[in-house]
Amino acid sequence: MGTNANTQASNAHLTTPTRLTGAEILWATLVGEGVTDVFGYPGGAILPAYDALRKFPIHHVLVRHEQGAAHMADGYARASGKVGVAIATSGPGATNLITGIATAMLDSIPIVCITGNVSSKVLGTDAFQEVDITGITLPVTKHNFLVHRTEDIAPALRHAFQIATSGRPGPVLVDITKDAQQGTAIFDFEAAKPRAYRPHPMLHVEESGLAHAAELIRNAKRPVILAGHGVIESGAMEQVRTLAERAQIPVALTLLGLGCFPASHALNMGMMGMHGEAWVNHAIQEADLLIACGMRFDDRVTGSTSTYALKAKKIHIEIDPAEINKNIKVDVALVGDLRAVLEDLLPRIPGRDGSAWLKTIDASKGAVSVRDIKNLPDSGHLYAAHVMHDLWRITSGDAIVATDVGQHQMWEAQYFHHEKPRTLITSGGLGTMGFALPAAIGAKVACPDREVWVIAGDGGFQMTASELATIVQEKIKINIAIINNGYLGMVRQWQEFFYERNYEATPLVSPDFVKLADAHGIQGRAVRTRTELAEAVSVARSAPGAFLLNFLVEKEDSVYPMIPAGNALHEMIRRPGKNPLVESPDDK
Amino acid sequence: MLHTFVAYVEDLPGVLTRVASLFRRLNINISSLTVGRSERPGLSRLTLVCESSAEAGHRVRASLFKLENVVDVDDIAQAPSVTRELALIKVAASPRNRAQIFDLVEVFRARIVDLTSESLMIEMTGVESKIEGLIEVLREDEGRILEICRSGKMTMRRGHHISSVLKAMGAGPDEKSEAENQPEALEAGAATEPE
Repeated sequence: MGTNANTQASNAHLTTPTRLTGAEILWATLVGEGVTDVFGYPGGAILPAYDALRKFPIHHVLVRHEQGAAHMADGYARASGKVGVAIATSGPGATNLITGIATAMLDSIPIVCITGNVSSKVLGTDAFQEVDITGITLPVTKHNFLVHRTEDIAPALRHAFQIATSGRPGPVLVDITKDAQQGTAIFDFEAAKPRAYRPHPMLHVEESGLAHAAELIRNAKRPVILAGHGVIESGAMEQVRTLAERAQIPVALTLLGLGCFPASHALNMGMMGMHGEAWVNHAIQEADLLIACGMRFDDRVTGSTSTYALKAKKIHIEIDPAEINKNIKVDVALVGDLRAVLEDLLPRIPGRDGSAWLKTIDASKGAVSVRDIKNLPDSGHLYAAHVMHDLWRITSGDAIVATDVGQHQMWEAQYFHHEKPRTLITSGGLGTMGFALPAAIGAKVACPDREVWVIAGDGGFQMTASELATIVQEKIKINIAIINNGYLGMVRQWQEFFYERNYEATPLVSPDFVKLADAHGIQGRAVRTRTELAEAVSVARSAPGAFLLNFLVEKEDSVYPMIPAGNALHEMIRRPGKNPLVESPDDK
Repeated sequence: MLHTFVAYVEDLPGVLTRVASLFRRLNINISSLTVGRSERPGLSRLTLVCESSAEAGHRVRASLFKLENVVDVDDIAQAPSVTRELALIKVAASPRNRAQIFDLVEVFRARIVDLTSESLMIEMTGVESKIEGLIEVLREDEGRILEICRSGKMTMRRGHHISSVLKAMGAGPDEKSEAENQPEALEAGAATEPE
């Protein structure tokens, strides 16, 4: 952290044009954009920037791998709604960012990645640690810049922040040559402001579209709202809730939409799609109107598109015109900011009695929920669902949870009930294993007063486990729950269902995670039975520092229900009816 | 079906890569692409023709708009427009059989732009079918065609057409004298083959 004196000095740059080095301009621009924390890893081509860092009030988190830096910036952005910033050097430093950039791209997360590059004189000569990172990241960034003149640094960075946050958000990369960092130029923050975002003729909501949408909603007998990540990005939680309550429309959520509509709300059906509960997907298949709000009909929520919600008219409210009719043909497209569109639509929606449809949905829940694992008598045996359910109960659902990808991610989505937006941080689109730990670090840096949990599988956790050292160096208090079943669980489940139980390359040997934590100076504990669960969670929560819980759960448990990829949304593998779970002999 | 897009893009390094990369990502083959300066400083104009399903037009246009350096995109689709292609064709021709080619060039309203004792170069502008026609006739004599260089298609809508984007950007080619631009309306009624 910079001292107060430095803070004043750097803030002066923002009001008075001053001659600075490129490195100083880089930080001064970030300060001007409101950045307080960055995640990075130094190296030759970015060293001039690091040399100037001490003069500015920006906190730098040293990561252990640049992928971690990108995920941390991502977690920071998802938790706070602000732009996350990652910094890396040229060559391998830059290429290590790519998985994190693609993760942010697929989930529309605003991050800015800054990379150093070799001097402009040697660009294109295969100089040491030179790589064409703007070329490589072209398809996984919203935009990127190669900056080789000092005077272009501030305008490029400011433009990058504008692009990252405008319209459908996304990652932007700014590659700055070493000589541009070393040179000097007049820094004028105001003059570097980008021009207003270009007009977009495809972003328009026609009066006739609004009228048509309102008419469809008024006349629908079996409507369903599909709420996605766009609800959170647009800040349209209130508007969606008003629409649902006024017209008595049940709401189904995508994975990234969880939290945008309170889980406890009577109209919340829960998550839709591949691992959504049966009644949610049945309701969608039976619906006569779908109102899609800030979601993109991803294959994980539609199943086979040729059999998807055939009885339903479809209204799609979405800010990205390229998503309209991409996967599912819709009857009305309202292309614009969700919140603004709903504000225009709501006055046309009168109160409506939806009780018959809601009763039908409620009746379809019946037997399914009774069979659910949390309603089983406690045999002492530990299942992942227990962990999720109890974590939710004990934390009162208030914690920010970062999950990895796989079975535990789906169990978390099913059993941890999110009431508020930005409380679930997970890689939905790219499905990036190793995401949870660094994303949670980013979330904690963004929201230091919040309780943050990592929930990861034994496989994914090992992909970025080196960031445990980052937690210790930064004295970050997060709690880690490893759902350890000794398998790459979701892949094993697919092998069980679709590949005749040929468990090829899925049994997984792991280190003793508690000892691994201990080696980093992090406390930990293994949990083997449900009776130990609550106390272990309490101990972790009250520990002053980070705490790791290694939950040794049922090895061959599967996530139910499941729609096999390519099946229709109603053709699901249901929870087994009798003896739903294999009890092991050592259960009490 | 064939889609034709006309786009204004910023005249900066790498912009063409972004456009080309988009089509690669969408798994759509570009059948023709021409780029050159436009009437606006700093903006290039490109005409891009590709083969894709009928519904793809909307998504391609929307995806082009997502590229930050793309300022405006027009999906020409079935709109009345003029499309031209330029071809340079070098053919083997000795003083003895030149006259036959001169006749052909006359019929196709092409021009001879280079002449040596062994070969000559034909310049021809027109719609694709007309150029194909000349090439086909020239091919009747095996070994006659030495080189062909074709520009790809250039397309412009007929009539007075300024997109909402370019209008909003202002500072067009003759923004101050828009009244003087009215004669353009005459062109709408012009023949399909003004030559």
